[in-house]
Amino acid sequence: MASTQLLDAPPPGTIARPKRETTAAWPLVDRLCHAVCWITGIGLCLVAAWIVLYMLVKGISALNLKLFVESPAPSLRERQSGGFLDPLIGTFIITAIGVGIAAPVGVGIATWLTEYARPRWLARTVESGIETLAGVPSIVLALFGLLIFARGFFSFLSASTNGGSVSGKSFLAAGLLMAVLALPLIVGTVREALLQLPSRTREASFALGKTRATTIRHVLLPSIRPGIAGGVVLGMGRIIGDTAIIVVMLGAAPKLQGAGGPPLLSTLRGTGSTLTSYVYGFSPAGEGNSPHKAYAAAFVLLMIVLALNALVTRLSRGLSLGSVDWTAKQ
Amino acid sequence: MSDRDYHPDLPVREHSAPPPPIRRIVVDRHPHVAEPASAGNGTGVAIPGRPATPSLARSAARPPAANVVERMRVESVWLAYGDNWVVRDVSLPVRQGEVLALIGASGSGKTTLLRSLNRLTEITTGAARAGRITLDGADIHEFEVTELRRKVSMVFQQPNPFPMSIFDNVGYALAERPQGRRRRRRSAAIEQAVVDALRRAGLYDEVAENLERSALRLSGGQQQRLCIARALAAEPEVLLLDEPCSALDPISTATIEELIVALRESVAVVIVTHNLQQALRVADHVAFMHLGELVEYGPAEQVFEHPVEQRTRDYVSGAFG
Repeated sequence: MASTQLLDAPPPGTIARPKRETTAAWPLVDRLCHAVCWITGIGLCLVAAWIVLYMLVKGISALNLKLFVESPAPSLRERQSGGFLDPLIGTFIITAIGVGIAAPVGVGIATWLTEYARPRWLARTVESGIETLAGVPSIVLALFGLLIFARGFFSFLSASTNGGSVSGKSFLAAGLLMAVLALPLIVGTVREALLQLPSRTREASFALGKTRATTIRHVLLPSIRPGIAGGVVLGMGRIIGDTAIIVVMLGAAPKLQGAGGPPLLSTLRGTGSTLTSYVYGFSPAGEGNSPHKAYAAAFVLLMIVLALNALVTRLSRGLSLGSVDWTAKQ
Repeated sequence: MSDRDYHPDLPVREHSAPPPPIRRIVVDRHPHVAEPASAGNGTGVAIPGRPATPSLARSAARPPAANVVERMRVESVWLAYGDNWVVRDVSLPVRQGEVLALIGASGSGKTTLLRSLNRLTEITTGAARAGRITLDGADIHEFEVTELRRKVSMVFQQPNPFPMSIFDNVGYALAERPQGRRRRRRSAAIEQAVVDALRRAGLYDEVAENLERSALRLSGGQQQRLCIARALAAEPEVLLLDEPCSALDPISTATIEELIVALRESVAVVIVTHNLQQALRVADHVAFMHLGELVEYGPAEQVFEHPVEQRTRDYVSGAFG
């Protein structure tokens, strides 16, 4: 046989590429279903865009940079009602407290449930406990908190009157409840991420003579950083968006009101508002007469939550590929 | 099989010749163990009657290891998951200076036996054992399990680098007490040890320009060599390889096989493989296991060319497996 030159690819004229499948060839029923799916998808996008745009259009007359730096001032005239600096700060404080507690606790619980889960009965109990928490409506949580934190034992969390009665309302108390609200989301996401890690990753570390604790700290948790971040951002979104706990635990006053004492602690033990309670209070639904500012605040709130959602999407996409090059980011 | 087993509508195939008889595996009690008179005996020595096919030929130039020292000893070991005894009464020596291959069909217990050598079987719930395994004369259960696994290191079937940089993958294995990732103080000693381990695994020249690259960006063969480097970093006495090439292409496989042969000088190597040719290429001694029993143990040439047991003969000739 004559020796022939081995080609890297078949001769150009002989290559055939299959054409993309077209829906025209589908049966009628399939085409109908396809169309219905299309319409529902488009409809969903329209509803989402409508909400955001409506808030923008309604609030745009009031939306300006001054809103972000002025404190709210209760007034019947919208012009004199100030901005929403205090609610912005309040949202930030509440989120920081909630996530600051829920993130480490949630990661800890998820790690224990996935990697240890001994004794079995305790793990099962914890699991159903988390599920119960996930199902508790936030208004129920808020009422529970109001009763609990008004006890003398928790007087360090909030302001008390001279007579010794504890108000139970404060950023600290509300933040604790927010942590409870965000906890199931964080536990769920982190657990899912840990379960997705192949067992060979753990075995590889054990086979190098590493303990379970070292493996978790230096291999497993770093590997699921996108999962942890995703869970935290989900929890943040939940906290930022919640109204019931804020209205019950912080009251109706839009301004920050310190409880006295050292500056930061005074604010934390004091009351105030967040963007959600501001929107509620200033909208026609509440007692406020500044609907345009409520719309503007609602728009800002939406933007914050949307930005967080986009962040979750990006982070979880990185996770599902399983090949996040997180070392490159350092 | 009778004709009733066939569907009546199907045309009955005309047999021009009777089908070959299915050979039954002879069940007998005691394994055939051929202990070499002296270490290294038989390796590299041409055996009469051996087929000269190049695919089966071991590299003829491979000299026997300079000195052979027994590191581990498996004594009448039984291993079970739950009530299922998957390894039955196996005794074997593991020596530095030679490569021991465990061969056998799926379910023969060879991987379980391998994993028991560094007590990795213990992470499976319901694992049970009987018998004794020693490392340098001491029972492996007398060691702290982490200490044992640093001495008896393991490489797995699937390359499993950690999602870290190449340097950190090896450094992780090295660090007595893992340092913080951020601003890791890299002592010259650790840096040198990482480079040494990468060199021993034959990977250094390919990755030297950037050790900070993610290990997940490496090719499959490179990842597996990185896993070998990681396993070597803690200076183990025994290296366990669980089908290290089964997920790799022939070129990567050849590189790793050369590496395995080179490594036997400094560590005792035990390799589990499905690939008989690979066992013949790399192993000095071969242990054939079947359904949990050790059927035959001896120098590679003998097990492959002149097996004593009928079952070994059937397996290496391809009658089952």
